[in-house]
Amino acid sequence: MRKFIAIGLVYAIVQILIMTNLISGYFQATLVTIGINIILAVSLNLITGFTGQFSLGHAGFMSVGAYVCAIVTMRMPTIPGFILGVALGAVAAAILGFLVGLPTLRLRGDYLAIATLGMSEIIRIIFLNLEVTNGAAGLIGIPQFINWTWLFIFTVGTVLLLSNFVKSAHGRACISIREDEIAAEAMGIDTIRYKVIAFIIGAACAGIAGAIYASYFHYLEPNLFGFLKSVDVLVIVVLGGLGSLSGSMLAAILLALISTYLQSFPEIRMVLYSLILIIIMIFRPQGLMGSREISLSVFSKLGRNKLWDRFKSQKGGQ
Amino acid sequence: MDKLLQQIVNGITLGSIYALIALGYTMVYGIIKLINFAHCDIYMIGAYVGYFCMTYFKLGLVPSLLIAMLVCSLLGVLIERIAYRPLRNAARISVLITAIGVSLFLEYGTMFFVKANVRTYPEVTGMMAQRFNVGEMVISMQQIILVGITILLMALLQFIVKRTRLGKAMRAVSMDRDAAQLMGIDVNSTVSFTFALGSALAGAAGILVGLYYNTINPLMGVVPGLKAFIAAVFGGIGIIPGAMIGGYFIGAVEVMVSGYGGSMFRDAVVFGILILILIIKPSGLLGKNTREKV
Amino acid sequence: MPILSVERVTKAFGGLAAVSNVSLDIIEGELVGLIGPNGAGKTTLFNLLTGIYVPDSGTINLSIDKQVIPLNGIRPHSICQKGLARTFQNIRLFKDLTVLENVLIAMNQNINYGLLTSFLHLPAYKREEEKLLHESIELLRIFDLDKKKDELARNLSYGEQRHLEIIRALATNPKLLLLDEPAAGMNPAETANLMDIIGWIREKFDLTILLIEHDMTLVMNICERIYVLDHGMLIASGTPDEVRTNKRVIEAYLGEDINNA
Repeated sequence: MRKFIAIGLVYAIVQILIMTNLISGYFQATLVTIGINIILAVSLNLITGFTGQFSLGHAGFMSVGAYVCAIVTMRMPTIPGFILGVALGAVAAAILGFLVGLPTLRLRGDYLAIATLGMSEIIRIIFLNLEVTNGAAGLIGIPQFINWTWLFIFTVGTVLLLSNFVKSAHGRACISIREDEIAAEAMGIDTIRYKVIAFIIGAACAGIAGAIYASYFHYLEPNLFGFLKSVDVLVIVVLGGLGSLSGSMLAAILLALISTYLQSFPEIRMVLYSLILIIIMIFRPQGLMGSREISLSVFSKLGRNKLWDRFKSQKGGQ
Repeated sequence: MDKLLQQIVNGITLGSIYALIALGYTMVYGIIKLINFAHCDIYMIGAYVGYFCMTYFKLGLVPSLLIAMLVCSLLGVLIERIAYRPLRNAARISVLITAIGVSLFLEYGTMFFVKANVRTYPEVTGMMAQRFNVGEMVISMQQIILVGITILLMALLQFIVKRTRLGKAMRAVSMDRDAAQLMGIDVNSTVSFTFALGSALAGAAGILVGLYYNTINPLMGVVPGLKAFIAAVFGGIGIIPGAMIGGYFIGAVEVMVSGYGGSMFRDAVVFGILILILIIKPSGLLGKNTREKV
Repeated sequence: MPILSVERVTKAFGGLAAVSNVSLDIIEGELVGLIGPNGAGKTTLFNLLTGIYVPDSGTINLSIDKQVIPLNGIRPHSICQKGLARTFQNIRLFKDLTVLENVLIAMNQNINYGLLTSFLHLPAYKREEEKLLHESIELLRIFDLDKKKDELARNLSYGEQRHLEIIRALATNPKLLLLDEPAAGMNPAETANLMDIIGWIREKFDLTILLIEHDMTLVMNICERIYVLDHGMLIASGTPDEVRTNKRVIEAYLGEDINNA
C-alpha cells in the first residue's frame, strides 16, 4: 500500500511542477529519456541480468516498436490509434524476440551476444531499405501523444509488472538458468522455454520504449538504433547491477542527468561511458546495487529507527 | 566472365584485410576465450599511425608499416595488461563488457583527439599507382602489394606459431592454461605476446586499408571488425588457418553480393551468414564440437 | 515390476566407450548401489539416465503408475518432471541464491499459476507461494536446514551443501532418486547419520533410490542390491554379500580393500 502512495506522490509532484512551468520543456525531454531508458534497462536486465542471456540487440527490438507505432499513429492520429500503435509495436517486438530467442537454444555467452548484435544490425539494414519506413531519410512528423501521464503509466507499469514477474516462480526459473543451466534443467526447469519467455517479455517492453520514443520525438531514422544504442542500455544495466531492477532505474536516472549536462560534448560523453564500463567491470563488477533491490520498507525502517532514536535520546535527556 | 574474374580479384583484396584482422580475433579468443571487441579499433589506430607517418613524417610504405605494427602491438599489450588481466578469472560476461568499453574508449578517445572528420591518405604516385590490364580485368599495384604483404605476414605468423618457442607456448596455453602453467610456461607473457602478434597484424591491415581506400575515420574499424570476427567464427574461432579461410570467404561473398546488385544488403548478408553458422555449426568450418563436463 | 529398466545402453566419447552395453533393472522401492573404480562410467550412466547425454544405442524406460515412459531423447527437465531426480557429484547448487530459493526453484513444476498471475500477483499467487514456502520449510527440516533458509547456498558447509542437494532433488517430488556420491568428503559420523536419513527418506517419501558411492561401508550396509561397473561395462550384480565375494569385482578393485566393510 505504501508503495502505491509513494508512486502517486511522485506522479503528482512532477505533474504540478509541469503545470506550473517549473520544469522546462528541455527538462521534460530529459524526463522522457529517463522513462524510456528505465523501460529499456529493466527489460534488458530481465534477459541479461536475471536470465543470464547476454544480448547486444536491444536496440533492434526498440526500433521495431518505434517504427510500428509511428506507422500506425501516422495513419490513425488519435488516442485509440496511439494505444493500438503501442500495442502492435510491443507485439511485433515480442514476435521478433521469439525469433531471436530461438537460436539461444544452442548458443551461450559471447556467441549469443554476437548473434543478437547481428540480428539487430540486420533489422536496421532492413529498415534502411524499406519504403514504408522511408529508408535512411526516416519518418518525420510522427504525431506526439506522449506526455508525463502516459510516460508515467508506461514506465511504472513496466517496472511493476517486471518486478512482480521476477518475484514469481516463473521469475525464479529464469534466475536458475543464470545460476546454473544444467542444474536448472535437472531440477525440472524447461530452460529453453524460459529463455524464450525472457526474450519475448524483454523485447515487448523494448518495443513499448521504442513506441514512446517515436511518439514523443516526432522523428525516426534507422541509425538511431545502431549498436551504440544497445551499448547505451547495457551500460545502464551493468552500472545499476545485473539482477537489480531498482539499480537499473537508479542508473538510468543518473546517466540521463550526466548526459544532459554533456549534451554539447558527445565525444566526452562516450569516452566517459566507456570509462564507466571498464572501471565498473574491474573494480565493482556487480554494479551499484549488485543483485539487491532498494525497497521502500528499507527507507521507512531507517526513518523509523531515527525517530525512535531521537525519541529515546529525548527521554534520556529528561 | 571478366566481371566475375574482376570480382574475384577484388574479393581477394578485401578478403586479405578481413583475414589479417580475423587472425587477431582468433588468436586472442583461442588463448583467453575473449571476443576482443577492441581489436577492430587497434586496426583503426594502425590506419591513423600510418597516416601520420606518411603525411607528416613523409615516410615510405615499409617504415610506416613497421611503425604502425609496432605501435599497435604495444597498444594491444597495454590494453590486455590494464583492462583484461585483472579480470582473467572473472565471469566471461564481465570481460566482454570491458572489451566493449575499451573499444568505445579507443573510438571516442581518438575522435576527441583527431576529430570525427574523414582524413585522406596521401595520393600514391609512381610505381605504386600503376595498373595492369589483364583482358577486361584491372589489377592495381596497390592490390598486388596489399595481397603480397598479407601473404607474407601470414606465412611469418605460421612460422612463429609452429616453429618458435613462443609459438609453442601459445599453443600450449590455448589448449590448457593451468597445465601449461604447471609445465613452467609463463602464461602472462604468452598472453601478452599473443596480443602483440594479433595487434601488429591489425595495425598492418589498418595502414593497407588506408592506402587502398584512401579515407580513414575513427569509426572505420567497427564494421570491418565485425565482419572479420564473423570470418573468424566461420573458420572456427581459435583456429589460425580457419581465420584465413574465413577472411577470404567473407571478402568474396561481400564483393559478389555488391557486384551483382545487392550492395544495400551486403552487410545484412554477412550477418545472415553469421547467424546461419551459429545455428548450424557454432564451432565453425574447422572447429570440433566440445561439450561441457557435468 | 521394474521402475527403471536400462537395456543395452552404450555411450562413446570420441571412439572411447564410457558406458558400453549396460543393462540393469531397478524394482520399485529398492535401494540399489552402483559402484566401480574411478572412471568406470558411473556418472556417465547417471547423465544418460537423466537426459544430459543421449545414448548412442539402447533404451531406457521409466515405469510410473504402470505406465512405461521411454526416456531416450527426452530433455532433462522433462525426465525430472516424470519423476526421476538426481544430485550431482560435483555439487551444483545455485550458489548465489538462498537455501530457500534453491528448494523453491526445484518446486517450480508444482506451481499452479500462469504468467498472467505472476505479472499481476493475483490472489492465486499469494496462495500458491505460501503453500510452496510451507512445503519447502518442511523439506529443509529433514537436515535441520530450515534455520539457514535465508543464507546463501555458497556459505553452507560442504556437508550442508550435500544435504541441500538431496533436499533440492526431493523438492522435485521424484519417484526415483539418483544420488551421486552423497557421502563424498564426509567423516564416518556424518556418513552414518546420512545413511540413517537416506533410509528414512525412502520410507517417508515412498522412494526408489539408486546411489553411486565410494564409501563401501555405506554401500554394503544400506543397499539391497549392487551393480558393479568397470571400464564402462557391467561386471557384476547381486546382494552385497554376492558382490563382495565376486572374483571380477575383487580384480577390478585390486589394491582397494573391499572386504573392509
